[in-house]
Amino acid sequence: MPLATQDTASASEAAVAVDRRAFLRLAGGLTLGFCLSGRAVRVRADEPFEPAARLFAPNAFVRIGPDNSVTVIAKYLEMGQGAFTGLATLLAEELDADWSQVRVEGAPADASRYANGDTGMQYTGGSNAMANAYQQMRRAGAVARALLVAAAAQLWHVPTGEIQVAGGVVAHAASKRSTKFGALTSAAAALPLPVEVKLKQPSQFKLIGNAGLRRKDSHAKTNGSALFTQDLKLPGMLVAVASHPARFGATLKHVDDTAARAIPGVVAVVPFAGGPGYFGGVAVLAHNTWVAKRARDALVIEWDETHATRTDSEQLRSRYRALAQQPGRIAVEAGDVAFMDTPGLQVLDATYEVPYLAHACMEPMNCLVQLTDSGVSIWNGEQSQTVDQRAIAELLAIKPEQVRITQLYAGGSFGRRASPKSDYVLEAVAIARQAATMGQRAPIKLVWMRTDDMRGGYYRPAFLHRIRAALDGAGLLVAWQQRIVGQSIRQGTAFDRGNQNGIDSTSIEGAAEPYVIANLRVELTTPDDVGVPVQGWRALGHTHTAFATECMLDELAIAAGRDPYQFRRDLLAGNPRHLAVLDLVADKAGWRQPLLPGAHGERRGRGIAVHASFGSFVAQVAEVSVTADGKLRVERVVCAVDCGIAINPDVVRAQMEGGIGYGLGAALHGAITLKDGVVEQSDFDDYAPLRMSEMPAIEVHTVPSQQPPSGVGDPGTPPLAPAVVNAIYHATGVRIRTLPIGERIPTNSPRVEPSDASDDPNH
Amino acid sequence: MQTFTLNEREVSVDVADDMPLLWVLRDELGLTGTKYGCDRALCGACTVLLEGAAVRSCMTPVSAVDGKNVTTIENVAADPVGRVVQDVWRRLDVVQCGYCQSGQIIATMALLRAKPRPTDADIDAAMDGNVCRCATYVRIRAAIHQAASALGVEGA
Ligand code: FES
Ligand code: FES
Repeated sequence: MPLATQDTASASEAAVAVDRRAFLRLAGGLTLGFCLSGRAVRVRADEPFEPAARLFAPNAFVRIGPDNSVTVIAKYLEMGQGAFTGLATLLAEELDADWSQVRVEGAPADASRYANGDTGMQYTGGSNAMANAYQQMRRAGAVARALLVAAAAQLWHVPTGEIQVAGGVVAHAASKRSTKFGALTSAAAALPLPVEVKLKQPSQFKLIGNAGLRRKDSHAKTNGSALFTQDLKLPGMLVAVASHPARFGATLKHVDDTAARAIPGVVAVVPFAGGPGYFGGVAVLAHNTWVAKRARDALVIEWDETHATRTDSEQLRSRYRALAQQPGRIAVEAGDVAFMDTPGLQVLDATYEVPYLAHACMEPMNCLVQLTDSGVSIWNGEQSQTVDQRAIAELLAIKPEQVRITQLYAGGSFGRRASPKSDYVLEAVAIARQAATMGQRAPIKLVWMRTDDMRGGYYRPAFLHRIRAALDGAGLLVAWQQRIVGQSIRQGTAFDRGNQNGIDSTSIEGAAEPYVIANLRVELTTPDDVGVPVQGWRALGHTHTAFATECMLDELAIAAGRDPYQFRRDLLAGNPRHLAVLDLVADKAGWRQPLLPGAHGERRGRGIAVHASFGSFVAQVAEVSVTADGKLRVERVVCAVDCGIAINPDVVRAQMEGGIGYGLGAALHGAITLKDGVVEQSDFDDYAPLRMSEMPAIEVHTVPSQQPPSGVGDPGTPPLAPAVVNAIYHATGVRIRTLPIGERIPTNSPRVEPSDASDDPNH
Repeated sequence: MQTFTLNEREVSVDVADDMPLLWVLRDELGLTGTKYGCDRALCGACTVLLEGAAVRSCMTPVSAVDGKNVTTIENVAADPVGRVVQDVWRRLDVVQCGYCQSGQIIATMALLRAKPRPTDADIDAAMDGNVCRCATYVRIRAAIHQAASALGVEGA
């Protein structure tokens, strides 16, 4: 019984999120409808969505309608990072469109048109959307513009060179004629594509770099009409809530569903087997989520734990510490780290540890599946089309092209929805397939409840870094040996061809970088028997390599009696972009001026870090205060970023703010721990997210740049944890080397100075 | 049968008394702007107005709203405070993924009704229960202050 909403804009906004044409193609002659925000939209598959003759679609990235609307087709998922807005900006710039007429919809799964760069795969990640789309989307816009100009020239019998386009209006000044795009679409659609188009010079940009442009998704996300997978309801659809084993690797032995079936509204109980990358369990199907969840909770299940993991975080930590005493595979080498044994050097030896982290997206994982006669249709906050298509095709023994995917808004991802093993997507398909064998062919939406999501695995792996580094008599950094221990996020995935000589580059990326150190070695040990599923988490390896590297840099600066900012500067010769952000942040944060004293008994401090990832350069200064009883507050973070041309300066700022907040939540509280194989956290109380009262004031400064654009979704996060930890040291003398920091700083413990390796029995 | 006023219209639903309002809204009435985010009233994504006060609809049995007034995100534009809050949210581009934002906007409406000129401490107290994993807190705070001034000017 849908209710009409008050906001009449909502139906058109839904088009932003749903590829309705793809929807129609999938429908295969059936009449389908979907329900959003109380508005039932019924569409008939045999009626064209828009009269094709008047629609102008010169390429895979844009459609211009007779109503002047410009629809940009986004091959990258919108998960909050602003991809829809960025892609629209690029295309609209060269099209000279009226920004208010531009809308965006997600592209269907089709790597032949929508691959990411030259990977041949369609996915969103690695903060590379803007870099890879910069030419492609502008060219797509320029082609459309050229055709509209040619159509107008033909219509008005004037040379194309005399026609101007601005703000969605095509005009010929001499004859005082002008028209909007819509009137030209039929004519433009009949013209041959131009052989060559000329793109604007940056000085001609009106939309790119314009901080006044508003996001394309703000409207729908402030009136309830934005469509997430969680919100999609197909006719007859059933919700599946599943029971998973407490220990990874356990399998279903026996289920007693008597109590579950007694709950009114339960449609079916579906035991399903697991497979590579996903775990089996028992799903309850019902018409509403509440019934499904209650019934799921009422299942009495016995699991076979013969092959289940018994991993224990404490034991794992001891094991990683022991592994760090032994050499690993050499990943980076320059000079000879044996130089470290030269008498007279000051050698520091420090071990940094980071735990497993859950992504804990605001929208828990979910996926809608409909088995069809021609294959399968998927609706998902889809971040990894090609991988998911292949995995689903394999499971169902069909071809990847028979897997149709509609990309919806994702309520956050931070990497989670690009599961390289397609875990939750395969689970949804496995449930639908099993249900079908039981005669239930309704569309099925798998919904993970928060606890399922928190305990579902696919975490950022726990890592340990042991760094030994040497200063010479003049306080110069002369040697650095870094041993890294942790699981690979690529092993056993479609991406492990990126691993060379057993080195997963995402485990070491950013280690010791970009410092100029004459004798350098980075070693990696990759345990492959831990049994805890892992995957990428916002900024991948940089989250831990930046922490270890930038904390050690600070320890070395202090040991050398140097200012941590100047100490870094001296090691960054030949890295002008690092230097520029470092200088900018130091300047804006007032690094050279003393911090104002805190309240009585409160200690204040400031810490700095710089790190480049995914082509962007970010430096941050954190200011913290610690009360007499050890309560920490991060008061302010100043951030400088160089991401090349800032396509949407306000989105850049937002991503730095968000990346800092996300990183701070993890640095302060984030830890997934296992006890005898069971994940101990389950919800936002024991896996505490950052909350409003903990958010520091943030200042973001962008380095003006004419370099090609690079990403901003990931790079804001890595420098945050080391900047905060370095600030805590500055305030209190307490050196934190293990994350999360926790609730209190042990300020009454003695100052922890970096250990001198000469006392180290392991040396 | 439960009957209540939802976004200025009377609705009746025939569901179990203890069914949480969240799922009645989302799964029975098709109003999906109100979001599910956690299992223990820890995130605020499901916040709605009940008689003008912010409540967690995931913990509110539908029987508790019988005969009462419920406002959800879909109808904030019809409310003078809500409209200003929504406008400021758009002007500042507060949203990122957007999944928490229905709850943030509703919680802000309740805050501004109770405290027309909230201090930062008031904002911390009122908004700490509304998690944003995208960490849009800087902008939420700025938007609340701006909405408060806009409403102050309008009201004056
Ligand atoms: S869903 Fe209600 S507080 Fe989280
Ligand atoms: S905007 Fe993504 S959780 Fe708040």
